[in-house]
Amino acid sequence: MTTPVLEIIGVSKRFGDTLANDGISMSLGKGEIVALLGENGAGKTTLMSILFGHYVPDDGQIRIDGEELPPGKPRAAISAGVGMVHQHFSLASNLTVLENVMTGTERLWKLWSATQAARKKLVSIAERFGLKIDPDARLGDLSVGEQQRVEILKALYNDARILILDEPTAVLTNIEAERLFATLKDMARQGLSLIFISHKLDEVMAAAHRIVVLRGGKVVAGRKASETSKAELAELMVGRRVTRPVREPSTPGAVVLEVRDLGVRIGGVERLKDVDFALREGEVLGIIGVSGNGQVPLARVLSGTLARTSGEILLYGEPVGHLSVGDVVDAGIGRVPEDRNGEGVIGEMSIWENAVLERLPAYSHNGLVDRKAGMAFAKSIIDAFDVRGGTPASGTRLLSGGNMQKLILGRNLSHRPRILIAAQPARGLDEGAVAAVHARILEARKAGTAVLLISEDLDEVISLADRIQAIVAGRLSPPLDAGRIDARRLGLMMSGDWSHAAEATHAP
Amino acid sequence: MSVVFDILASAGLWAAILRIATPLIFGTLGALLCERAGVLNLGIEGIMTFGAMIGWLAVFHGADLWTGVLVAAISGALFGVLHSLLTVTLGLSQHVSGLGVTLFASSFSYYVFRLVVPVAGTPPTVMPFQPIDIPALSSLPFIGPAFFTQTAPTYLAIVVALIMAYIIFHTPVGLAIRMTGENPHAAEAQGVNPMKVRYGTVIVGSALMAVGGAFLTLSAFNSFFPTMVQGRGWICIALVVFASWRPGRALFGALLFAFFDAFQLRLQTVVEGVPYQIFLMTPYILSIFALALMARRARVPQALMQPYRRGER
Repeated sequence: MTTPVLEIIGVSKRFGDTLANDGISMSLGKGEIVALLGENGAGKTTLMSILFGHYVPDDGQIRIDGEELPPGKPRAAISAGVGMVHQHFSLASNLTVLENVMTGTERLWKLWSATQAARKKLVSIAERFGLKIDPDARLGDLSVGEQQRVEILKALYNDARILILDEPTAVLTNIEAERLFATLKDMARQGLSLIFISHKLDEVMAAAHRIVVLRGGKVVAGRKASETSKAELAELMVGRRVTRPVREPSTPGAVVLEVRDLGVRIGGVERLKDVDFALREGEVLGIIGVSGNGQVPLARVLSGTLARTSGEILLYGEPVGHLSVGDVVDAGIGRVPEDRNGEGVIGEMSIWENAVLERLPAYSHNGLVDRKAGMAFAKSIIDAFDVRGGTPASGTRLLSGGNMQKLILGRNLSHRPRILIAAQPARGLDEGAVAAVHARILEARKAGTAVLLISEDLDEVISLADRIQAIVAGRLSPPLDAGRIDARRLGLMMSGDWSHAAEATHAP
Repeated sequence: MSVVFDILASAGLWAAILRIATPLIFGTLGALLCERAGVLNLGIEGIMTFGAMIGWLAVFHGADLWTGVLVAAISGALFGVLHSLLTVTLGLSQHVSGLGVTLFASSFSYYVFRLVVPVAGTPPTVMPFQPIDIPALSSLPFIGPAFFTQTAPTYLAIVVALIMAYIIFHTPVGLAIRMTGENPHAAEAQGVNPMKVRYGTVIVGSALMAVGGAFLTLSAFNSFFPTMVQGRGWICIALVVFASWRPGRALFGALLFAFFDAFQLRLQTVVEGVPYQIFLMTPYILSIFALALMARRARVPQALMQPYRRGER
């Protein structure tokens, strides 16, 4: 075998008391795609930041084509041919694609920018790798997937031969993710070498040639994709056998929430139309669909943050008018919003404040907030829901996504809600956290809570929901029982082909 | 109507517009440069006052006029260093730092002025810039007196606007400035140092503001008094928004405001029975309307007023 293009040899990095990277060694061959698999906090991002020169390692070295890379110098990494695609894009939304790509690539004091030459180079790279893009489009007008394409093009424009992608699919829809992996494979065929960081088993199996598993800052295993399985990888990654909880059969009770002909218009655009469903005690109703089909307005109407334009909502059999957030909380409806950081918690505030914010009247006396009671409540959530990495008084922003979600679930489930609206509850979480969130949702179901699960994750819906309805272009399909459903039928439902999906259900 | 026409047809109006616009052009360009890199510079009002004072003082003590302008520019640059220290290095609130610089620079200029020039009935004067006679052009009928009887700094202001437009949109350093104002983290990832870019733009921008101030004492008038900037700095801050952070439009905006101002001055003298204060207000009211019309489409630099700290997101 020829010399690998990239070698990481015995790299260690310590932050305070934590050893983020502990003697990590790995290599990358030309034209190879390696997935770096690990849970959040396993040290993946630290390792890649060292490689790209953002951090100086305490020990070890990095070699590119056999030559040692000077540590801590991003410019040196760039000129050695390393390109990094960050999870949070380093782009400016008010500048054009070309301007974003060109920044910093020319001598600063040149009297003019060679825009034409740069445009030509960008277009030719874009064509070579099938990354279609309009160089003069304003970046902010592009979709997230297109913006990621710009981020990749930026690295290629700097003549990157080794591309590092940090959780590239975290912000993409399923279709965009598939397209991305097709592009990455094509790049590898053309001689580029790629490392991508991920905690999603499906995608590492599908896209990588080789998988390096990281746990607790150490390399625990390296496997060829063809010689391993999802189950083995999950166990290696978490360090124990992870089993997602299983839904036990149950008999649902009375209908607690019924929606008839619900319609929502926003700015003249029909976002929801003729939506019908009924939610019963002790069941999970799954709403499956590709994101952007009306999930957000649906969740918001039921959470009291958006007014419906038409239709009826019956809560415990009684028709209700406009729901305010206060009404919703008082009615015993728990909410897990899709955008954890934006709507779920206020990052700047402490954990206890976030815990009591939606029930302030219950936690205040004579107009003053009862801090003690709030802290005690937060402590009980932290204990009961295994929220790690924070105390009642510490900032909420410091929590990882999984722990933040446990806090939000805890805040809702501690009050034994009769209804729970959970939107994309496990999105972006690692295996361990997904299992925990799912277990909590099933626990609530067992306790009699009616759960509306809005999700675009097929596995999640199949494993949690008793009945499933698909959401397509603002409409809901008729419900199908989970027992008679499989991935193919769900696919038909999600594409809007409801009659075929229903027929398929009747077939044995 | 004929009154309006008479005013518009007088060469004096157009000459006045350019004269009134000059300090606004310098000030607006200075503020615009800072904001393009993401730093709001509310020190402008004070920096203009100080530039007006120190430039005048230099000339009063025997320096030639251009040296006076240079001294003003250097003083502005120093205030720029101060503002950068506060907002870039220390990452303090840009509003508060800027207002602090304004209060400090305004009072400091009066203090220095009083140290050197004792209280007197009539303030001492200097010999200001004289209109330049441009061969052929200045002697054209109407056009000559209207547009080619300005002093050198006025032409300089227009040239600076054009140069700045070119730099911002057509050079690598201009792109680096814009990227820093939009997303300093992205700039850093591409090898541009956002701290240096912000220091540079705030220093150069503040120098331009001070030159705008010096125009008041070395060309428009011939003496200094502490209240002479009269809110021009704040007008410049508004003009930057009106101009959507584009130097060409900043030039246009400054001229438009100057047009309102010169026009109302002349209207005062010919329209009777209306208190002159009403006319004084009109340029500002019209400016608010113009701002409301123009600025709604404006694209604010995304990182404006956000301190940059390395390694944070």
